[in-house]
Amino acid sequence: MTPVIETRKLEKVYASGEVEVRALGGVDVTIMPGEFVAIMGASGSGKSTLMNILGCLDLPTGGEYLLDGVRVNELTKNQLADIRNAKIGFVFQGFNLLARTSAIENVELPLLYNRTGRIPDTSKLAREALERVGLGGRLDHQPSQLSGGQQQRVAIARALVNKPSLILADEPTGNLDSRTSVDVMALFRDLNDQGITVVLVTHEPDIASYTKRIIEVRDGLIRRDEAVVNRADPAEILRSLDQELKEA
Amino acid sequence: MGWRNILRIALQSIMRHRMRSVLTMLGIIIGVGAVIMMVSIGQGVQQQVESQIAGLGSNVLMIFPAAVNQGGVSMGAGTREALTLDDVDKIQREATLISYASPVVRASVQVIGGIGNWSTSVQGVSATYLDIRSWPMASGEFFSERDVTGRAKVCVIGKTIADNLFPGMEPVGQQIRLRNVPFRVIGVLSPKGQAAGQDQDDLILAPATTVLDRLSGRRFIQQVVLSAVSEEQMPAAQEEVTTLLREAHRITGGGPDDFTIRSQTEIAETAQATTQVLTLFLASIAGVSLVVGGIGIMNIMLVSVTERTREIGIRLAIGARSSDVLIQFLVESVVLSVFGGILGILLGVGGAQLISIIANLATAIEPTIIVISFFFSAAIGIFFGFYPARKASSLKPIEALRYE
Repeated sequence: MTPVIETRKLEKVYASGEVEVRALGGVDVTIMPGEFVAIMGASGSGKSTLMNILGCLDLPTGGEYLLDGVRVNELTKNQLADIRNAKIGFVFQGFNLLARTSAIENVELPLLYNRTGRIPDTSKLAREALERVGLGGRLDHQPSQLSGGQQQRVAIARALVNKPSLILADEPTGNLDSRTSVDVMALFRDLNDQGITVVLVTHEPDIASYTKRIIEVRDGLIRRDEAVVNRADPAEILRSLDQELKEA
Repeated sequence: MGWRNILRIALQSIMRHRMRSVLTMLGIIIGVGAVIMMVSIGQGVQQQVESQIAGLGSNVLMIFPAAVNQGGVSMGAGTREALTLDDVDKIQREATLISYASPVVRASVQVIGGIGNWSTSVQGVSATYLDIRSWPMASGEFFSERDVTGRAKVCVIGKTIADNLFPGMEPVGQQIRLRNVPFRVIGVLSPKGQAAGQDQDDLILAPATTVLDRLSGRRFIQQVVLSAVSEEQMPAAQEEVTTLLREAHRITGGGPDDFTIRSQTEIAETAQATTQVLTLFLASIAGVSLVVGGIGIMNIMLVSVTERTREIGIRLAIGARSSDVLIQFLVESVVLSVFGGILGILLGVGGAQLISIIANLATAIEPTIIVISFFFSAAIGIFFGFYPARKASSLKPIEALRYE
């Protein structure tokens, strides 16, 4: 099986003036289809740089990156855009939905930029994606009319709609309260159970514990890469949260 | 990305910012509207002048006395007393390329007759005058050659005089008095309307001989109008008449003419040049507002790019190519300016109509000006939209996403 992500000695050096900043110093990661991985690290550890490169938003200055077997290093700007469109679904901390745009139009957006062929019914696919994240009844709501958790679900539906090889989530629960965070993690877990590869970047160990594998980055290098032993179960966490609420 | 999707994305974002879109369009609406209004006024004036010149008659040449020059001070065209009825007779007899010739002797008079009195001008002319001017009669008859030689006290009146002195009456056969000289009205001219703010129907035509004798008391005439045999022969006819008059006035060698001859085409050309300058002047003033409108579009599009940096980042992250973003912003500005252009055309056409009603100015809207302003506004959209669109498309996805 081809790995979804395969990096060899991945390096990223920022040259700001005289000083060279080595954000990544040779990272080797392999992620197979169907995996559920958390990339952890404190701020400044290089995890955001890694995430940007994995998401084809940025190019490495050294080493190799293969996404779905395709060497990304030498791709042009347009090819990178097409790869982002076809193979990667992004979920951001700040949701990053278009304001004053209905949920369904937000989800449709990646389909409008699709170049692999004309999609006959973009709104049908968008509706299905929204139903999949449990927002079938809020198709015409604008982001301002939705709660944070719902907005993040719309963003996840948008990430799903192009049937990507990989969902890349950058601190997806960073702006959410603990209860909604659990909801969103439950959704990621469901999607992963359906076979979708999910990579999320977080600095919270709690959130990482929902995944199957944790990769810890520090000073631009991988310091830890191990399977999660005690996976958190969203249903259980929700129950204990309810319990706390009652006692308080 | 297909054109339909591009258009859809552009329209969505225009509709999302309705107020801003309308304000952006306003510059173009006013600019295009102003251009169309101004050009239609200019062209209306031009058409009016053209029809007036055509109303002079066909193949018309005019002879004016030259300017008097007193000690180096020129008194202006027509001040010299150089033309006489003999000159007209000579031209009539000897010129081969002239079909008709008529003197024009003007005198202002107070007319008394019918129900009151009226101040107007009398023009003394010959029996062929109406043939030169291609001016038909409304009723009655024009005076004959015999009337001219016999200095008959007959006259033909314009529509304005008929209306003012003989309202609801038949003027033909009535008596009127011009400076207390009684004249018999033998005909009414067909109306010609306004020309350059002057009522062309406010005049009386009488035999030139009678007018010279009874009203002006002078021997000299102000103008001679001629009709050449054909349009092609006009330059030759002009030459022929010049030779004849120089002979009659005994001007030899290099002596300057004591008269000037102007042809209808010359007058038409001068008038056309004037009205063209007028049209150009009006259009360029309006054009400035169109350019200002274009800069307004650029301004708002630039603000919009900054304001929508995050949106651009999102679009780039989910797979928009930078060319998609470029085209989106370009299409937005073109849609805004074209739509503004269409509204401006409606405003201009409506405004031109309003001006012609309120200000009583002739306006003419040519389809070409509508087509030109439509494409010009689209071009403005492309020209002034390109820089902001370029700026939007050159954003880097990571930086745009991080922009707060």
